[in-house]
Amino acid sequence: MSRRDLFPRRLDIAHGCIEMTHGGGGRAMAQLIEELFLTAFDNEWLRTQDDCAQFAIPASRLVMATDSHVVSPLFFPGGDIGCLSVHGTINDVAMAGARPLYLAASFILEEGFPLADLKRIVESMAQAARQAGVAIVTGDTKVVERGKGDGVFITTTGIGIVAAGVTISASRAQPGDAILLSGAIGEHGMAVLSQRENLSFDTPIQSDTAALHELVAAMVTAVPDIHCLRDPTRGGLATALNEIAQQAGVGMRLQEAAIPLREPVRALGEFLGLDPLYIANEGKLLAICPAAAADKLLAAMRDHPLGQEAAIIGQVVADDHHFVEMKTVFGGSRLVDWLSGEQLPRIC
Amino acid sequence: MKYLDEFRDGQLAQGLAAHIRQAVAPNRHYALMEFCGGHTHAICRYGIEDLLPDTIRLIHGPGCPVCVLPSGRLQAAIELVERERLILCSYGDLLRVPGAHGDTLLKAKARGADIRMVYSISDALEIARAHPERSVVFFAIGFETTTPPTAVVIRQAQQEGLRNFSVYCNHVLTPPALRALLAAGGEVDGFIGPAHVSTIIGSQPYEFVARDHQRPLVIAGFEPLDMLRAIAMLIRQINAGEAIVENEYTRAVSAAGNRKAQGLMEEMFRVRPTFEWRGLGWLPDSALAIRPEFAEWDAEQRFEMPPIQAADHKACACGEVLRGVKHPQDCTVFGTACTPEHPLGSCMVSAEGACAAYYHYGRFRQAAAS
Repeated sequence: MSRRDLFPRRLDIAHGCIEMTHGGGGRAMAQLIEELFLTAFDNEWLRTQDDCAQFAIPASRLVMATDSHVVSPLFFPGGDIGCLSVHGTINDVAMAGARPLYLAASFILEEGFPLADLKRIVESMAQAARQAGVAIVTGDTKVVERGKGDGVFITTTGIGIVAAGVTISASRAQPGDAILLSGAIGEHGMAVLSQRENLSFDTPIQSDTAALHELVAAMVTAVPDIHCLRDPTRGGLATALNEIAQQAGVGMRLQEAAIPLREPVRALGEFLGLDPLYIANEGKLLAICPAAAADKLLAAMRDHPLGQEAAIIGQVVADDHHFVEMKTVFGGSRLVDWLSGEQLPRIC
Repeated sequence: MKYLDEFRDGQLAQGLAAHIRQAVAPNRHYALMEFCGGHTHAICRYGIEDLLPDTIRLIHGPGCPVCVLPSGRLQAAIELVERERLILCSYGDLLRVPGAHGDTLLKAKARGADIRMVYSISDALEIARAHPERSVVFFAIGFETTTPPTAVVIRQAQQEGLRNFSVYCNHVLTPPALRALLAAGGEVDGFIGPAHVSTIIGSQPYEFVARDHQRPLVIAGFEPLDMLRAIAMLIRQINAGEAIVENEYTRAVSAAGNRKAQGLMEEMFRVRPTFEWRGLGWLPDSALAIRPEFAEWDAEQRFEMPPIQAADHKACACGEVLRGVKHPQDCTVFGTACTPEHPLGSCMVSAEGACAAYYHYGRFRQAAAS
């Protein structure tokens, strides 16, 4: 039977919306998958239309990570939930120093969600995956009744491989190490926040959402003995540093003046009373390496387009309390504590 | 950033700090109270104490509206939203403040109460416009700074004939609290007054501090250089044996304040004969209620809201902290049973609470000292 016989009428992307049947396992679901997802993500694994993807992996250490995305609004300056869901998982894999290879994507769609919006999101994912050189090889679609979701939630899972000799883990941060940051903080969170219904600020801030694996590859080539990498997403730089300090049983000392921060983010933060140290990033990374290798790592980061504003922002110290302390621009010291409560819900 | 960086300049700070170190008399101690929680947070966030000589001790005052709200008033709001099934709009800070028996608005929300976090009273008005079939109550708290916007919005609701909107008024006044602190005694040598309050009421209402209690008071802005400058001004007065009200925040504060805002407050509110403050107890003439002419927009007149007496947690020292008698770390549950995640008292919750400021920014000092 030809495809034409199976789906005599094409999906009405311009006017149609998600119906319960699109998750029902029948013809409507098959059509949605074929005309929307397969067309956008097209690759040899998806073309088999099996329930899973099969592939060979070079003999090597594997890395696997998963990430759910519930950002609101779905479209924001500088990106959307689609590219974010690809970048988010690629970055989680890359933070082990790994080269990401394949992604799986799972969609929870709400009844009534416009197909045109879904197409935009799916195409954004496809473009992000292509640009990153990572294939989306398997996926799943479920539909929930109107009011039981919020348009679309996307979970992506990724796997990658790590080169021999590279061991990157937060637990390796040790006293004396340098702390590097790849660029200006707070842009994703502030871009999303500025679009929230009850705020609607007119600002030039764009989300920094980006896949960081190529930057990581350049960094690992320059300094294979990087001790730790982390992308400071939810909870921002402050939370990521506290997590590492706790995991490694160390403290950190930061220089506020060294932390890259753009003026519009700072201004909006001032206005809303939000500290950019706690605002989410989606295209930045923290690196911790032996102090002797810090300059070389910094140079490698600055050579890459995603690390041009990289800076050494502090050092790891011995501290039984695992405190992250910061010398302020003003000349005093303060603690940079864990984020308390939920500063910005549904930011990624 | 223009108008901010000038007031956070590290080099200017070093200069001022050196001036203060020279100015302090060698064999005396200075106890200075910043009334306002916004100041407490600036002190901790910028590490201002690191720049001061050991002989200057900063004591943190009760100027945190979330902190001084008594548990009973909060419990009344929880009971209102659950009983009347209305929409209660609140600032985020209030959601985790313990009411009676540790109940919170956040817990009520999880039980199904329709509680919405808003950034301003205007957002609450907008929600009332969007839901004409629902009753919407705004949980108003704050000192004189946030009172005029409440007045403006109530008048707006009146003009629009918006009858599903009302305000649970918990606005309090700064001078009576200061009066109570001074009446209780204590060793404060001078006060840093809150500039934002004075943009509304001016500097004149503080004259009694100098006149009746012979204590200097300097009205200061909230940037770290404002605070250093105010401290320098207080030290000068104390050394000279003076006691006057001075204004550091000349860029926005005048002696008379904002007459238009005062007029709005006068039109909308009456002074309550007495009002309970957490930590300070019942203070005469210390809070505002909505006038009977606007009863329709007053949640307390519209709904039945019987007064509730709720005891604070036994181990909580918020009362002493708010009176400046205890430092946050002197509280036995600070950082142990009481943390921002599981607060026993309001001072650990609010973005202006002294315990929260010490917990978030200053815990390392306590660790270093022990």
